[in-house]
Amino acid sequence: MAEIIKRKKALSVSPLKSSSTIGAALAFMGVSRTIPMLHGSQGCSAFGKVFFVRHFREPIPLQTTAMDQVSAVMGSYENVVEGVKTICENSAPHMVGVPTTGLSETQGVDINMAVKEFRKKYPEYDHIPVVPVNTPDYSGCLETGFAQAVLAMLKTLVKPRKAAVRKKQVTVLAGSHLTPGDIEEIKDIVEMFGLRPVVFPDLSTALDGHLPEFDFSPLSVGGTPVDEILSINASAATLVVGRSLTEAADWLQEETGIVDYRFDHLFGLQAVDELIMALREISGKEVPEKLERQRAQLQDAMLDTHFMLGMSRLAFAGDPDLIYGMSKFLETIGGETCVAVSPINADILKEIPTDFVKIGDLEDLEVLSADKNLDVIISNSHAVDTAARLGVPILRCGFPQWDLIGGYQKTWVGYRGGRQVLFDLANLQLENHKGEVKPYKSIYGQKPEYTKGQDNGTTEKVDHHGYCH
Amino acid sequence: MKSKDIQALLDEPACSHNDKSKSGCAKLKPGATAGGCSFDGAQIALLPIADVAHIVHGSIACAGSSWDNRGTKSTGPTMYRIGMTTDLTEQDVIMGRGEKRLFHSIKQAIDTYNPPAVFVYNTCVPALIGDDVQAVCKAASEKWGRPVITVDAAGFYGTKNLGNRIAGDSMLKQVIGTREPDPVVDDGRGLKVHDINLIGEYNIAGELWNVLPLLDELGIRVLCTLSGDARFREVQSMHRAEVNMLVCSKATINVARKLEEDFGTPWFEGSFYGVEDMNFALRKIAELIGDPDLTERTEALIARECAQIDKDLDEWRPLLKGKRALLYTGGVKSWSVVSALQDLGMTVVATGTKKSTEEDKARIKDLMGEDGVMIEDGNPRGLIDKVNDLKADVLIAGGRNMYTAIKARIPFLDINQEREFGYAGYSGMTELARQMVLTINNPVWAQVRDVAPWKKAKEG
Repeated sequence: MAEIIKRKKALSVSPLKSSSTIGAALAFMGVSRTIPMLHGSQGCSAFGKVFFVRHFREPIPLQTTAMDQVSAVMGSYENVVEGVKTICENSAPHMVGVPTTGLSETQGVDINMAVKEFRKKYPEYDHIPVVPVNTPDYSGCLETGFAQAVLAMLKTLVKPRKAAVRKKQVTVLAGSHLTPGDIEEIKDIVEMFGLRPVVFPDLSTALDGHLPEFDFSPLSVGGTPVDEILSINASAATLVVGRSLTEAADWLQEETGIVDYRFDHLFGLQAVDELIMALREISGKEVPEKLERQRAQLQDAMLDTHFMLGMSRLAFAGDPDLIYGMSKFLETIGGETCVAVSPINADILKEIPTDFVKIGDLEDLEVLSADKNLDVIISNSHAVDTAARLGVPILRCGFPQWDLIGGYQKTWVGYRGGRQVLFDLANLQLENHKGEVKPYKSIYGQKPEYTKGQDNGTTEKVDHHGYCH
Repeated sequence: MKSKDIQALLDEPACSHNDKSKSGCAKLKPGATAGGCSFDGAQIALLPIADVAHIVHGSIACAGSSWDNRGTKSTGPTMYRIGMTTDLTEQDVIMGRGEKRLFHSIKQAIDTYNPPAVFVYNTCVPALIGDDVQAVCKAASEKWGRPVITVDAAGFYGTKNLGNRIAGDSMLKQVIGTREPDPVVDDGRGLKVHDINLIGEYNIAGELWNVLPLLDELGIRVLCTLSGDARFREVQSMHRAEVNMLVCSKATINVARKLEEDFGTPWFEGSFYGVEDMNFALRKIAELIGDPDLTERTEALIARECAQIDKDLDEWRPLLKGKRALLYTGGVKSWSVVSALQDLGMTVVATGTKKSTEEDKARIKDLMGEDGVMIEDGNPRGLIDKVNDLKADVLIAGGRNMYTAIKARIPFLDINQEREFGYAGYSGMTELARQMVLTINNPVWAQVRDVAPWKKAKEG
């Protein structure tokens, strides 16, 4: 069991953390025709918007209650009430999310009360769900904010089971560590068993980077439709992906009594096998040949790449579910987790196969990595400079990835996704010429070029390829 | 910051906005607001000072989503690229430990990175719980023997524009005038070297380096650019310039105005975009310095550069002639880029004037003629409609509008600070032309606008 080493230094340098506020905003973007309105100063939203625009390379629906000096001191209910009303009036959304920020929480807003006031004042918008969620950025990180918004939406929309069970419908609660590409893959797999997945939140239809027929929308252009969320109480089963969604899954299980299958992650052979076993049970169908084939392909890739990845020395920096899942995946092919850094503490971190996990930032990653002789760093785009200074190649993973086109879409889960991840990691090792012997020039050598220069010792090998990926 | 201090900053006599409504005073509408906050504005204005440790005092959202900005370039130090924040926790907020954490943070930054100065940006949460950031900075400065500069710019104080002013004000009150410039290095040319500042130039994509060689050639020393590729010691010496050029932005106009009041330094507003504007800027610098020899050499340089760029643009002009551009950007850029586009033989069908002053608008009328459309409100829906109505071939705007344009299948050119190409200076014009041709004439547009063949077959 890994020891957790907490933050000791005063200053956070090269922060690894993204706020819980924008985590919540992301969850709302996975619901169709929805817009999150952050309750804070306009900068809270502007920064969040730029963050997601650069990552997804998509227009991002995000509004603000635009708190100013007066509302920061005198109270800000009015901002919430009028803000929600303006959005309802202008854009006819199917849902509005209202995550709070450090500013509004410090000021002391009761966000539930503010939404109630909106309901009282503007009953004409009663048909539009408005979901408040407490996500001050001084606690948690992107992953926890996302999970809290998922729970808040479930609590607002899902009722106890009444209707008949839809035998073929399966709910998938999708954690923040999943990319739109991952969710697409999960849906494909579920569909192969003749089942109909309702993924919530569904970033794969919202932020997958597709060109819609219409030219502009102020709201999310895809995602789980609100009435599909309402129908979650009629699903035959629930699949939960990501430990961070435990609270949401517990609530859903209690409220609806629907059987659930929980997965901490879906990276690699063993994890995906468990998913397939669950789907086999739910559907009562045998595993399709296509999946058998994909599994065999992954096995083959594991064999091909274990030469490069066995005993590889790895460092991870990211939100808890992601670094846990990736470290467990690469452990199955002989990789060793030498450094693990997470922006916040979480129970799952203790289960990472390593001696200790540091709660900290990318400076911590750099300091801890210095004497570790690492083969690869797995982290977001912020760690590119860190990796360059360490001279270690990086595989970009998690939020944000602004310097890699298509990073948002990369598929990590499933047999197919896992196979590609292994290929990518192995290629990084090959390009880095891992294990090559440094050239040695004998002092007695008679090779003509030796006599030209003074250099008759070993030559330091300079490799510019290592961290360019 | 007290509200009367904020009012004082909003009241900017040198700004022609001042007569009508004080900029930054317009009340923001919840649920229908775009744009950054004061912290955003202050950070953008000062972050390019490359050797300073920039500490954001607050909870994670302020620095966490914004550090590691790679738009602005440095010739040396990369200190500014390292994100630093006190990353306040719930405990810090409840127990009031923010000040203590900040104090130790400043020490940690000095111990680890040994910067010539530390800038501390105050943000919403500590401003609200009443951290006395100024007192902490003062105490830290005395204790660790390093300048520690307070930039009190909590987001809820107001707009990005106000944040720019706060940044300028912090430099004026705490940094400028604290060091005399170095003696001029003798380059053996026997020229009389003159000192200037470039205020509001951020060296986006390194575009300042298109201009600096020309200034060097003329014997003009840039004491400081506020703030692209600047160093702390350069900012300290800004009070000794003979001329201040306010580049492309009203944002830090208070710096130019105050330097004139206190040190009598004349200033003017200009831009480095486009041939006409380059000529104007160089001439104006020479004129305000008032050295006949410099004026003569400036004219010779302009003649040479104009001839060269004219030749260089010949390759591009046929491809751009008659193309219609819709420009949506703020302030000075609304006219300065117009002339650059006209230099390329393009027609500017409309330009955004949201942040422009009355003078700006007058210049636009001069440049575009009476038919030129001015766009006050640039909401995305409206912009797309304008592009269609006016049959524009390209939308030129800031990065935030990029994916709006892309989804509407409109060729796009990024003109704001996040862009990856430098357009300033004479040589920047060819890059501008190249980027323009690259998007307008790209074969993708026909393919993304046309419906799928099976749909056509159905309709057929």
